[in-house]
Amino acid sequence: MRKTSITGWLLASPLSLILLVFLAAPIAMIVVVSFWGATEWAIYPAFEFENYEFLLTSSVTSRVFLNTFKYAAITWACTLVIGFTVAYYLAFHIRTLTWQIVLFLLCTIPFLTSNIIRMISWIPFLGRNGLANSALISWGVIDEPVEWLLFSDFSVILAFVHLYTLFMVVPIFNTMMRIDKSLIEAAADAGASGWQTLWQVIVPLTKPGIMIGTIFVLALVMGDFITVRFMSGSQSANVGRMIQNDIALLQYPSASATAVILLVTVLLLIGTLLRFVDIRKEL
Amino acid sequence: MEPRPRSFYVLSVFFILFLIFLYGPTLTIAVLSFQGPGGGLTFPMRGVSLHWFRDLFEQQAVGDIWGSFSRSFILGLMVMVTTVVVSVMGGLAFRRRFAGSTALFYLIITSLVIPSILISLGVGLIWSQSGLPVHWSTSGFGAQLTWTLPFGLLIMFAVFNRFDPSYEEAARDLGASPWQVIRHVVLPIIAPSLIGVALFGFTLSYDEFARTLLTSGSYNTLPLEIFGMTTNVTTPVLFALGTLTTAFSLVIIGVFLLIVWVTNRRRAKLGSDAGQGMV
Repeated sequence: MRKTSITGWLLASPLSLILLVFLAAPIAMIVVVSFWGATEWAIYPAFEFENYEFLLTSSVTSRVFLNTFKYAAITWACTLVIGFTVAYYLAFHIRTLTWQIVLFLLCTIPFLTSNIIRMISWIPFLGRNGLANSALISWGVIDEPVEWLLFSDFSVILAFVHLYTLFMVVPIFNTMMRIDKSLIEAAADAGASGWQTLWQVIVPLTKPGIMIGTIFVLALVMGDFITVRFMSGSQSANVGRMIQNDIALLQYPSASATAVILLVTVLLLIGTLLRFVDIRKEL
Repeated sequence: MEPRPRSFYVLSVFFILFLIFLYGPTLTIAVLSFQGPGGGLTFPMRGVSLHWFRDLFEQQAVGDIWGSFSRSFILGLMVMVTTVVVSVMGGLAFRRRFAGSTALFYLIITSLVIPSILISLGVGLIWSQSGLPVHWSTSGFGAQLTWTLPFGLLIMFAVFNRFDPSYEEAARDLGASPWQVIRHVVLPIIAPSLIGVALFGFTLSYDEFARTLLTSGSYNTLPLEIFGMTTNVTTPVLFALGTLTTAFSLVIIGVFLLIVWVTNRRRAKLGSDAGQGMV
């Protein structure tokens, strides 16, 4: 037993070292700095609760947090519906493994290209003179260009769904591929309709995949700042942007305090979800 | 074969719409990057030209994009190699419980779900408070690893969950040393997955933005450079750059897929049954 522990430590040591220096230490640093003070141009070590006091009593904070939750909830619902449908189609309607792999790769490839480029690419589509507006005008749906397509909550959520649906598709598809096909036959033999099989057999068995997808999407949306900044044209805020604004003004202690609150929120949320799924078993 | 149910056709349409949603915008900017010299960021096309691609080669039009491209490329390779090596070692370590393995596992999950800006901020603060200069090859490199390693490790966990230990037992029974077992049995079997880990390591690093933002110092990586351009460049040169870097990513992905395909073919031809049951 002792010998395996030593081999384990040796093998895990580079990983532990990297995570200690670039994950654990930075978190500790942020917690420490969140108690520091700041002037307009410098920060100084201190132990004061001002940053938190300011944050927790400001109405801006609660509004921004609410907005962050709103983005997370809507994006989650959209990615879940789309992701589940796509995964279901790939797992149960495509009959050969080769086609499943090909179509799955087609869904995966955009994830490996630049997020920023993928955001930029919505401009010619959603802009005032963009494709969407021209199409709607030529169909006679609207008389003049709609302004809220780009640089609005709508475009922010659209970009989130565009960027992150894949994080739902992959884990759900992975779980669905492990469902024993004879269970579905059994359900059909027992007289279940297609919907009943879906709701009472497939959905319950897919729950672990849904949980993992949910964890990914919530973490990515809650922690985002760049999508909100870019797609809202700096008109909406979420917690990430609040942190980034403070950083731009060199107010590191206040940025750190916000970061600590965000981290606690995200970890509580993910920790709760992890109680319902054993990630290592599901991989 | 049974006839297709009606839901198949409905879902096929849904899937095709999903693909259009995924690829449509990127294809749009690919088309628009061939705008004529007088064209703008949206349709209509005012002629067709390579004008904006030519602009990419002029310093004053776009800044230092080729310098940032080579930095991103080198950084991508560094992150790729480190991710593969560290993930394999980590994957092997986690096959058995060791003291602290649960804590380390939760650290990996934290690394995955932590808002990226916290890594940027934290690493930036440590470096600035200890008087070190932030640089893409040191602080930026480490910050990116906190994003690529969890993916590499999750893939390795999935691989070793399905790994049949009797191959190793057989090798040991034949007198192989622990190193020989790894070198001649384990590594060849998991090789295709390692190519996948390498692909993730490279592309995630090449496109990484948030964790590199405050940790790369005065020399930008390509995504940072592109983001800088979005605020002050309002010509299709932005689309030309986007098209070019997306094309580059696609080539890289294609190369990796080709390697996997060739390795699998070679395996099938050599008639070895190693790796059967890996899928």
